[in-house]
Amino acid sequence: MSKPLIRPKRKNPLERTRLPLLPHGQRSRTAHGLTLAAAQGRFALQVCDECSKTIYPPRDACPFCLGAQLPFKDVSPGGRLVVETTVRISTDPYFRERTPWRVGTVQLDSGPLVIAHLHGDTKEGERVTLSLKLDKSGAAVMVAMPALETPSMEADPILREMTCDPQFRRVLITDGRSSVGQAMAKAFSEAGASIVFVGIAHPWKPFAGMDSLAKLAGVEIVPLDVTDSQSVADLAAQNGGRIDILVNTAEHVRSGGILGRAGLTEARDEMDVRYFGLMRLAQSFGPALRFRGADGQSSATAFVNLLSVHALMNWPAFGAHSAAEAACLSAAQCLRAELRPGGVKVLNAFFGPLETEWFQTVPPPKLAPSALAKAVVTALKQGLEDVFVGDIANDIRERLAANPKALERELAEG
Amino acid sequence: MSPSDLLAFAQAVASGAVRVIDLTQTLTPDFPTIALPPEFGQCAPFRLEEVSRYDARGPAWYWNNFTMGEHTGTHFDAPIHWVSGKDLPDNAVDTIAPHHFIAPAVVIDCSVQSAGDADFTLKIDDLLAWETQYGRIPARSWVLLRTDWSKKSYADFAGLREDGAHTPGPAPEAVRWLVEERDVLGFGTETIGTDAGQAHHFNPPYPAHFYMHGKGRYGLQCLTNLDQLPATGVVIVAAPLKIRQGSGSPLRVLALVATMGDGR
Repeated sequence: MSKPLIRPKRKNPLERTRLPLLPHGQRSRTAHGLTLAAAQGRFALQVCDECSKTIYPPRDACPFCLGAQLPFKDVSPGGRLVVETTVRISTDPYFRERTPWRVGTVQLDSGPLVIAHLHGDTKEGERVTLSLKLDKSGAAVMVAMPALETPSMEADPILREMTCDPQFRRVLITDGRSSVGQAMAKAFSEAGASIVFVGIAHPWKPFAGMDSLAKLAGVEIVPLDVTDSQSVADLAAQNGGRIDILVNTAEHVRSGGILGRAGLTEARDEMDVRYFGLMRLAQSFGPALRFRGADGQSSATAFVNLLSVHALMNWPAFGAHSAAEAACLSAAQCLRAELRPGGVKVLNAFFGPLETEWFQTVPPPKLAPSALAKAVVTALKQGLEDVFVGDIANDIRERLAANPKALERELAEG
Repeated sequence: MSPSDLLAFAQAVASGAVRVIDLTQTLTPDFPTIALPPEFGQCAPFRLEEVSRYDARGPAWYWNNFTMGEHTGTHFDAPIHWVSGKDLPDNAVDTIAPHHFIAPAVVIDCSVQSAGDADFTLKIDDLLAWETQYGRIPARSWVLLRTDWSKKSYADFAGLREDGAHTPGPAPEAVRWLVEERDVLGFGTETIGTDAGQAHHFNPPYPAHFYMHGKGRYGLQCLTNLDQLPATGVVIVAAPLKIRQGSGSPLRVLALVATMGDGR
């Protein structure tokens, strides 16, 4: 079993904060098929269209039949750990700080031999389950996990390098006024976060759930208004250096498209809360997150965006809202590139209509805020970059991949 | 008035013989703005974005861009703000005759009544009682309602409960009486609006807006320091920004009060 995580000792303020280092992260265009799968928590390898053999490492031609059509497909992650070794000395700056480090060769059931990082509970000769993870550099790597769950397996130090487990981390939920913000606070509290800061804008306005929010274990209410640059900067000045996971729950959902609205007041509010809000949070909290990417067991680890799946394809019934979400998605991609040097992940959680007031007239299926919150915590534990939560989000993703133009037309019809 | 009288006035201001009292709340991002049901467009709160502060964005100078609504912070309501005043001549902040921006004021102190009752409404009887003590309200005066609301915490200042805001304000018949019987210039309050928090249940709803603006009169709200003013003998300087067809504007509201020569 892995050694369970213990609450880390308080940091010695006289010691220098170690700067983040990254393993080598360059991959070929073809190999980014693995990156895509790892970002979404799938296990996919190339499978030759012609001879049906599963291929690893990624190639541009099939080593068996020279076939050139090698699409990535989800395959069985099962295999056997054939042989293992422990790296004790490395010249690589990232691995030097992290030895001893176990690696081994896994014979996959689907055919290929794979060199993988080894979870501490794997044993030579035994069954393992391979998992594609994004390492600190954002590159897809293979991690061999025990085939069956073992106690505290998420606490394994090698796995923890690839994941963003909230346990013993300090989390900022940017807006606790909404049911999503409150569900998120509850989920992170239950996931063992050591502090859950919850931002509350204009505290002079009462809101539903105020009392129960403050009673959650570890929750600390802080003043934060993502539409006010000074407010964001003030909180970052006070607490920015001790936030390990930022979850932006600030939302602004209004129905209506472009022509149905008169003027820009609503659109400005949408952009102010969502797009500029994201920029304010990123500018104020991003530098400290990036700096603290290797700051001990509970290092800074993730910036979480909650995005309507219609960031990917406009839904004219909520057309202006979709456009603002698309702006956030684009900003999140930029932020991901900017936080990567710190080994800090940007997790985008996509979802369809929520079971909240602003989607009151939208028919089910609608996603419960608690389900979204749970999915975000799970995705962080897995170290994902993109998670699609709920039926609608997954449906849109599939239809987008199949035929974006068809999806555009279909969404226009309602 | 001779030119020397006017200069004497300026000298009196400079010497402190005329005291200048600032009735303006500081513009800050967290000062409450009026809360409409969320499906309506909202009044933008005050926001400040630094353009540069002696840095790479502008090495020798500090300046900001700010955004806010016409009805943010201490602000002026023009007649065009309300539907009842929409067709009046010179009803917007840019067309109001500028001499209206300097006018006498009377202060009705209802701080005691309001302290015990957030829904206190100013009635004609209160105004008549005030006149018994201080004399008839002069025509073309501001009427300022003192409630000490400006001294409250933001939560109490906004007074939001499950059934809406609870803040003091004038009863419909009192506003009508002030306009029709006393020909006042406008009505000013310390609260977030010139009307009571529950004024949407009055008949007509929002009477201070309806009657004042319907007759071309003005509003001032989010005033402070009214407790420093005497009941009479006050001159108000309140000039809104010259926004083309503006419905109102944040502004600096100054009160001039003559001291008795002994600094009082």
